[in-house]
Amino acid sequence: MSGKKSMPEKSPANDLNPIDNPCGRGELLQLFLSFFKIGLFTFGGGWAMISIIEREIVDKFHWIERDEFLDLLAVAQSLPGILAVNIATAVGDRLHGMRGSAVATLGCILPSFLIILCIAIFLTPETIKNNRVLSAVFMGIRPAVVALIVAPVITSARAAKLTLTTVWIPLVVALAISSGQLFGIDLGFGSNPILFIILGAFGGWAFWRLGRRGLKH
Amino acid sequence: MNIYLKLIWAYLKIGIFGFGGGYAMLSLVEHSVVDPGWITEMMFTDIVAISQMTPGPIGINSATYIGYVAPAHVDPSLASPVWGVLGSLLATMAVVLPSFFMVIYSSHFIRRHQQSGAIKAVFSGLRPVVVGLIASAAILLMNAPNFNPNGIDWQLAVNIIISAVAFCLVYFKLPWKGGKRSLHPILVIILAGIAGFIIYY
Repeated sequence: MSGKKSMPEKSPANDLNPIDNPCGRGELLQLFLSFFKIGLFTFGGGWAMISIIEREIVDKFHWIERDEFLDLLAVAQSLPGILAVNIATAVGDRLHGMRGSAVATLGCILPSFLIILCIAIFLTPETIKNNRVLSAVFMGIRPAVVALIVAPVITSARAAKLTLTTVWIPLVVALAISSGQLFGIDLGFGSNPILFIILGAFGGWAFWRLGRRGLKH
Repeated sequence: MNIYLKLIWAYLKIGIFGFGGGYAMLSLVEHSVVDPGWITEMMFTDIVAISQMTPGPIGINSATYIGYVAPAHVDPSLASPVWGVLGSLLATMAVVLPSFFMVIYSSHFIRRHQQSGAIKAVFSGLRPVVVGLIASAAILLMNAPNFNPNGIDWQLAVNIIISAVAFCLVYFKLPWKGGKRSLHPILVIILAGIAGFIIYY
């Protein structure tokens, strides 16, 4: 207490910095609780989560106008990483700067983290293997999980509007990455997904530059 | 190198190159976590299932789970909750931090290039690649541990049927209360679990 008395002018300045924290601690807490709630009750992540974040941030609390939210969403989508976490970071940053983005991001991932931790502690791979009921249940679940990932292959292929000039790309990517399993061939770095992400991004950019140059001349 | 440093490095890469959503990220996870043997293919499939069924993004859920399981699997002397929690914490932070700083420090850059059309061009190249990444994640999961762990023919046949039915349920829209909708993935996992219990118990 004596330390606090010796420099009384500093404490309020820390609590309320008018530049990056116009609304005080209450709103930071509210931001954390909002994203914590979203992280706790939304299954599946991605777009399911985005619509709920939009409802909470734009419609309920009126923290951000819808136009601006869509603008932040466009930025979040253009960057790698987990979309729902990116939008939490962007909204937090827009509202309260660095502190806001840390609070919103933490709120968004903490429920997942804690729930999975509880499950992981009790449901280790050995538990599943040694428990007759669980091993039977998971034997049925595993082939279904594969199907759950086959479905978005088709959905994303249709959404990508593949043409005859681009349809070879996913084929080459899929065959190269799984070459070890399919043909027993080790392509080394040639089967690394990161290689194809870099090639795809660079290829898209290069074609665009060439097209622009073609238009100019 | 220490397993924790390896986990951090792997998940930083996943965070930096993770374009195209959770399913596309799975192929990166498979490549950097399952291939080196930090977890088995079977564990990976189970973790994907559990990540689907619990709230939150699949990328966070799987990073936390794999971070918990991997140290003990690589080095049995690390088989205690404390070492597991440390792995969870590091993997989850590593997957989030790259995009965290990119969102904060590159939004101006992104907006400028969005207007010029450069970002759109990059994604026109990334989109077909993402389709291939998700396809590779699916192909890599079509393996013996998932479909025929005991090497018994009738079990292989039953598992292929479970997979085909599950696909139809999530992909095709069925008439439901006036509208048309497909089954939620969580419901499909629960149904498959019940089927597994009835058939294999």
